[in-house]
Amino acid sequence: MEIFTPANVSFIMQGFLKTIEISVLAIIFSVLLGTVLALVKQYCTGKLSVFKWIVSAYIELFRCTPNLLWILFIYFTVKGSDIFISVLAFTIFTSAVMAEIIRGGLNSIPKSQFEAAQSQGFGFFSTMGLIILPQTFKTIVPALFSQCTTVIKDSSYLAGINVAEFMFSAKVVMGYTSDLTQVLLLYGFVFLLYFVLNFGISLIVRAYQRRLVAA
Amino acid sequence: MLEGLFDPKRWEITFSDMSSFLDGFSMTLTVVLVGLAISLVLGCLLGVLSTTRSRILRAISRVYVEFFQNTPLPVQVFFYYMAGPRLLQAVLGTPSPVRLSAFAIGAVGVGLYHAAYVSEVIRTGIESVPRGQMEAARSQGFTTVQAYAYIILPQTFKVILPPLCNQALNLVKNTSVLALIAGGDLMYNADNFVSTYGYLQGYILACVLYFVICFPLAMLVQWLERRAKVRPRAKVIAGITPEPAKEA
Repeated sequence: MEIFTPANVSFIMQGFLKTIEISVLAIIFSVLLGTVLALVKQYCTGKLSVFKWIVSAYIELFRCTPNLLWILFIYFTVKGSDIFISVLAFTIFTSAVMAEIIRGGLNSIPKSQFEAAQSQGFGFFSTMGLIILPQTFKTIVPALFSQCTTVIKDSSYLAGINVAEFMFSAKVVMGYTSDLTQVLLLYGFVFLLYFVLNFGISLIVRAYQRRLVAA
Repeated sequence: MLEGLFDPKRWEITFSDMSSFLDGFSMTLTVVLVGLAISLVLGCLLGVLSTTRSRILRAISRVYVEFFQNTPLPVQVFFYYMAGPRLLQAVLGTPSPVRLSAFAIGAVGVGLYHAAYVSEVIRTGIESVPRGQMEAARSQGFTTVQAYAYIILPQTFKVILPPLCNQALNLVKNTSVLALIAGGDLMYNADNFVSTYGYLQGYILACVLYFVICFPLAMLVQWLERRAKVRPRAKVIAGITPEPAKEA
């Protein structure tokens, strides 16, 4: 029995689109939340240092426990559409990683940049938004994008809670055949699409790095 | 769901089922140890291959690394689980599909996956050692293998230890992929408990147990990173090495 029928292929590709949708949303939200976490951990000192400790604990907790645990945890406790649950689970987990990446970038900005900004009358928020963060994001592009591929890859864990993303859709289709060749072809297809997506991202990063070196 | 979190009765039931959590915990630990061994051995080999002069060996290493780094671990594990037994049957010519234990799939799965990352770590480590070191070693009569073993690899340790430990940390977390194929690891047993009783406590206990393994590793990574930044100082042997110059 031939498994690559138009109906099956379009079903799998819908799963692929869902994988991309979830990954993009999760990455956007975790960069936003991660920036806030990084700024709090880096600059909340003195009277505000209680926030710094809370954020540090948050980051360590999520860096030291598996992604799948939080997917199952959120699936069990939060009610909502599967996109909402997936994006939420990935955001709380990935933002901790993003925070550490962004903090690494913040540390690489020379102190003189802060002093120069302050001497020109910039306040904390305009210093951050206009001077420091733009430079920070420029330096962390490679780490940021490699985390994006991690999110795309890890989104296949969602097959465990029956979210109809790429891997899950492929598994559903696989249920209709017992022919080894067909199963292998289907896996080849799944591997290929994930590979093209992630390898494409890493090629973009490499081109960017070459441009930085050349500049 | 959250209101039952402080119910002592639920905690009591959770702890009375502790043995299944500990079973899963020991399964996870064994998978980690075997997976780590596989990834270190294979990763070192691939890393060294990627720095040799032979184009073919470099290409083999490159293709392996790109494939395993750019495809998801869960998909790889599902593949071993669903297609592995019959693929082995076809390859080995056995009369029935080869039975693969969840343990074997898990250990090989994370081992092969992380070998790609270990390989990249080793490669950058070797590239950080100046080429002259290899040439000097060869000129002193070391064979290539000896030069790698005695001269090049020992010099890379300081650079590669932090990212290697980071990989070990990720490997521990990634063993949870076994839960997707009913592997009997910590994550699977915890999930089983939660779906049987409906108590969130199961996930919290699993969270604590994972944290117990991973947090020391994360601290180790930070310590190694700090240590790698410190410049080395030559050991002073009285009468042999000259006295270190006094800093002004």
